[in-house]
This record gives sequence, structure tokens and C-alpha cells, in this order.
Amino acid sequence: MAKITYIDTTGTRHEVEAENGSTVMENAIRNGVPGIEAECGGACACATCHVYVDEAFKDIVGSPEPMEEDMLDFAFDVRPTSRLSCQIRVRDELDGLVVTVPERQG
Amino acid sequence: MNDASPIGSTIETDVIIVGAGPVGLFAVFELGLLDIKCALVDILDKPGGQCAELYPEKPIYDIPGYPIITGEGLVEKLLEQIKPFNPSFHLGQMVESLSREADGRFRLTTDAGTTFLGKVVVIAAGGGSFQPKRPPVPGIEAYEGTSVHYAVRRMEDFRGHDVLIVGGGDSALDWTLNLQPLAKSLTLLHRRDEFRAAPDSVRKMRELVEAGKVKLALGQVSGLKGEAGQVTHAVVKGTDGAEVHHETTRILPFFGLTMKLGPVANWGINLDENLIPVDTEKFATSEPGIFAIGDINTYPGKIKLILCGFHEAALMAQAAVHIVFPEKRVVFQYTTSSSSLQKKLGVI
Repeated sequence: MAKITYIDTTGTRHEVEAENGSTVMENAIRNGVPGIEAECGGACACATCHVYVDEAFKDIVGSPEPMEEDMLDFAFDVRPTSRLSCQIRVRDELDGLVVTVPERQG
Repeated sequence: MNDASPIGSTIETDVIIVGAGPVGLFAVFELGLLDIKCALVDILDKPGGQCAELYPEKPIYDIPGYPIITGEGLVEKLLEQIKPFNPSFHLGQMVESLSREADGRFRLTTDAGTTFLGKVVVIAAGGGSFQPKRPPVPGIEAYEGTSVHYAVRRMEDFRGHDVLIVGGGDSALDWTLNLQPLAKSLTLLHRRDEFRAAPDSVRKMRELVEAGKVKLALGQVSGLKGEAGQVTHAVVKGTDGAEVHHETTRILPFFGLTMKLGPVANWGINLDENLIPVDTEKFATSEPGIFAIGDINTYPGKIKLILCGFHEAALMAQAAVHIVFPEKRVVFQYTTSSSSLQKKLGVI
């Protein structure tokens, strides 16, 4: 289990207890976090679950695989901490993770 | 595969299937067992729909009888399964208008100029037709069709312009190479110095950059400046975060594909939030003779699974046969025991 905090575009914080093995995207959808659309349902085939990973967790979360990097080309305002949340699997080390939802999705 | 549709031709068939995804393909099988001939239309240049376009290599775990199969693998199997019925495929074209003939048949046209005449229309269009995605740039709508284009219809429209191509895939690279000779200037803008395109195109692009004929810029478009529908500048945020104004009069953003219901929305069928309500006995729409199966339809309890679409195709076929052959008495038969079905499948 890991506690994940999503900060939406209004600055509102959404705290979620996420199970290991689930994805950061799934937990956002299940808990109705606004701004995460996940149009393709987690197939890494769109760029609508884009988030910015908090600097403190950047190295723990790791960097995108080439396929995800390709999809990030379709996202808006991509930054060095950008990830597609469907590609981040929850594990104990991610407890306390904070992700911010971008101003708009691809 | 049979793809016999020269531009402007008229195809006469029993059933016109809109969408060649897994459910549209399986509908050919269920209709074929009832001696019904099918023509399939799809905007993609290959059959398979989302399975082929979005996740050809992704494993699917909930196809009955296949503990694991890839999207591409499933499409291959379906094509093999429907081969005995020899459907005609009309790919790379989008359906446009649908009307009724005096004899009660449907006339369906596509943007490639193909016309279909058929007794039944089956909409198996999934999430809709794949169309170029609008990039998430604020205010871009105001320039669409004038300065901003998502496809090149006429290369001449770009002659003498300062062209900005955005993206790093095959479309972006191909048009960089093709438009460079006639553009006044051509800039390829991409988020990073890596391209997911054919290596040969990337090599050619880099040669043009070396020769000073193409400018390669790294960054993202954050806004557009212009007036009266004409862009004058793109605001480009560089990799260092600094914004620069890039002079341009024609922009081609290539941001992949998205799915839209498209012209089907104008066919006079009742819709519910871009889905087509159907009954669960026949999967008929509000228009007699038009059925909707797979992800595009909705009914109480609907779930968007390929296997549910297969079930819908089977029931739809049992209803459609009464429209295609109104005089015929239909006896339900099993493929395991019916010699007449086995003959149609070519197994005896």
C-alpha cells in the first residue's frame, strides 16, 4: 500500500490509499480525480493521464520507457518530471508520492 | 484480401458493415452462415480497428478459448475465420452520407467516392473513426482549416509559406521531406531530438538540416499568435523553458489519432452521448434496417468487451436475415452438426 496525493489544476489535493500493483492512473480514475482522462484505458496509447511527478520522487518513480516517451510527444507542456500515470505501478517505496495534474491533457 | 473498390465505384451487397474492427469482422462470420454477403468500410488502411491501430502487441486475456492473444493475433484469427465468406474490404475511407433508395435499400457513400447499395447497415464503429488529434494548444481552433492543417490535402496550399511541422513520427517526417522543396522555409519542431519514424526518413531529414534546407527546433508549441484566422507566429517553449516567437503561416501538427463518431452522427439515428441506443434482442437502432454492435452501442448493462460485441453480432445476424431474405424461413443451426453450415465454411 502507498498513499498517493494528486494535486489538481485548482490546487486541490486528493489523497488516495493505493494498492501495490495498481497504477497511479487507475487510482485517480477510481477516486474521481479531475483532469486525468485516461482515454485509452491504460494501454499507453494516448497521452491523457499525464502527470508531473514531485521532484522528491522523480528518481524513485524512474523515467519512462521508450514507448511511453513516444506517447508523451502528444502531451501538453511536457517537463522533465512528466510521466503517463498508467505506466507508474504502485509499490511500497512510492508511499507519500505526490503528482500534479497538468493544465490540460493531450 | 479482396479490396476491389476503384474510386467512384458502386458496390452492391446485402449488408454494409461500418467498421472493420474485431466485432465488424465477426459479424461477417455470423451473417455469412446465413448466406448474407458483406462489404466492410473502415477509415484505417488495415482491418482490425483499435486492435490493429492502438494495441497490436498488447495481450488480451478475456477472449473465450484464448488464455492470451495479442490484438494483432486476434485480428489474424478473425480474418482466417471469415475467409470462406469472402467479404469485400474498402479501407482508408470514411463513410459520409446514408440515404434510402426507392426500392428500400440503403445508399452509403464514402469520402473516397465509393457508393454502397445494401439492404442492411451494421454500425460496428467502436469508439468512432480515427481522426487526427487536435494538439492541446490554447486557441488553435481559430486557425484550423486556414493556417493550421492536420493533413495535407493539396501540397500547393503550402507553396511559398513558412511551414512549421510539429511532431516526431512518420507523418511529421514524411511531410517535412515532401514539403521542403516547395515551402519558403520549413521548420520541424519536436519535443526531443529523437524520432519514432522510419530511420531512412530521419536520416534524410538530418541531411536537409545539415544542408541548411530544413530547420530542426526542439521544444513545444504553447500558443499561437495571429489575426482573422491567419497565424503569424507560434509561441514555442524551448527545452530550456524560454519562450520564443517563431514566424509561420502554415502549421501542420501531427499529434496522433483520436476517435470521433463522425458522420454517423448525422444519419438520423437516435444517439445517447455519442453512443447508439439499441435493444438487446436484435441490436437494432431507432432506424429500421440499421443495427449497431460493439463499443458504439449502448443498452442497460452494456460493457465494452470484444466478447460482448461477438454476442451482439450473432443476435443481430438472426434479425438482419429477415430483412435481407424476407421470404426465407430461417432454421437455427450449429456449426458442429450442420452439414450445410460446414459446406459454407469449406470444411467438408
